[in-house]
Amino acid sequence: MSPSRRRALLFVVPGAVLALALVVAVSGIPDFGSMIHEYARHVDRSAERQRHVSNLVVSVVFDYRGIDTLGEESILFTAVMGAALLLRGSRAVLEQMPRDPSGSDAVRGYGSAFVPVVLLVGLWTVAFGYVTPGGGFQGGVVLGSAAFLVWVVGSYSVFRRVTPELLIHVAEGAAVVGFVTVGLVALPHGEPYLTNVLPLGTPGQLTSGGTIAVLNGITGLAVAAGVVLLFHEFLQEQIQTLPGAREERG
Amino acid sequence: MTALQAVVLTLVGIVGVATVLCYDPRRQAVVNGLFGLLLTLLFTVLAAPDVAMSAIVVSSVVYPAVVLVTVNRTRHPGPERPERQDGGPARDPAGSGGDR
Repeated sequence: MSPSRRRALLFVVPGAVLALALVVAVSGIPDFGSMIHEYARHVDRSAERQRHVSNLVVSVVFDYRGIDTLGEESILFTAVMGAALLLRGSRAVLEQMPRDPSGSDAVRGYGSAFVPVVLLVGLWTVAFGYVTPGGGFQGGVVLGSAAFLVWVVGSYSVFRRVTPELLIHVAEGAAVVGFVTVGLVALPHGEPYLTNVLPLGTPGQLTSGGTIAVLNGITGLAVAAGVVLLFHEFLQEQIQTLPGAREERG
Repeated sequence: MTALQAVVLTLVGIVGVATVLCYDPRRQAVVNGLFGLLLTLLFTVLAAPDVAMSAIVVSSVVYPAVVLVTVNRTRHPGPERPERQDGGPARDPAGSGGDR
């Protein structure tokens, strides 16, 4: 008997015991939504009254725990910059890169129809982030995927023309700086860093939330720019695998 | 736990095992995308729409794209890199330049 078959047979009995134990354990744990944390209860009671937003998750992310989101922004920025630094090697001119047009008419047809739809959905998710489920992160990644769809439908040169590198870099940096600066706005008011000091408005409208609205938009810009930068680097690597690619180091 | 939640959880488990059982990394990346789609469904059914919105893009679009590009790039070294003389493992017999 081959070693892999022996291993498979050895697994059958312990596997069955493990499966039974897992089923018993999972059926014994409390139901979803049966134990609500005290903090969640507090946010549910007071967040809409205190911050005038209807998306309580966003109120926690950008206001109550805004400092954690600042850390997340830095992580995203560092990760994208790290990937760009590691993958930055080829300086081949865009016109000399091998052509990679999309081969399928169906992809081109349906994709072209969907690019503006995805773009609009992304912009809407960012804009209404504090009114309906969504937010800066969610809308930002949807916008990044709209850019990716441009590559799927067209070629790499079209993708690069639609997302100019300088603009994306400036957007990414400006968004991170903007987040830090919005926090500083609270300091002249005598409040701690990142306190919500702008007028709060009426919940359920676009003009609500104060700094939550501003931070939401800034995060959307940062995440979208970060995802597009990531795609820049990785699709450039993909281009190098095509026949006819010429890689110039340094 | 409602019936819908149980069904989606079971599907997540099945597709997770299927992802592991795939042999070719390129196929595995696509099945992982399907796994991400089912995870998104699970998050929606568990009343977490914000997480679901992030999960659907990250695990269906960004992650399979990054994995596929990495697999392509490491399997087919660029024109300037020296090819292995002894015929290394995982060499694509068709020798094509990778597909999109």
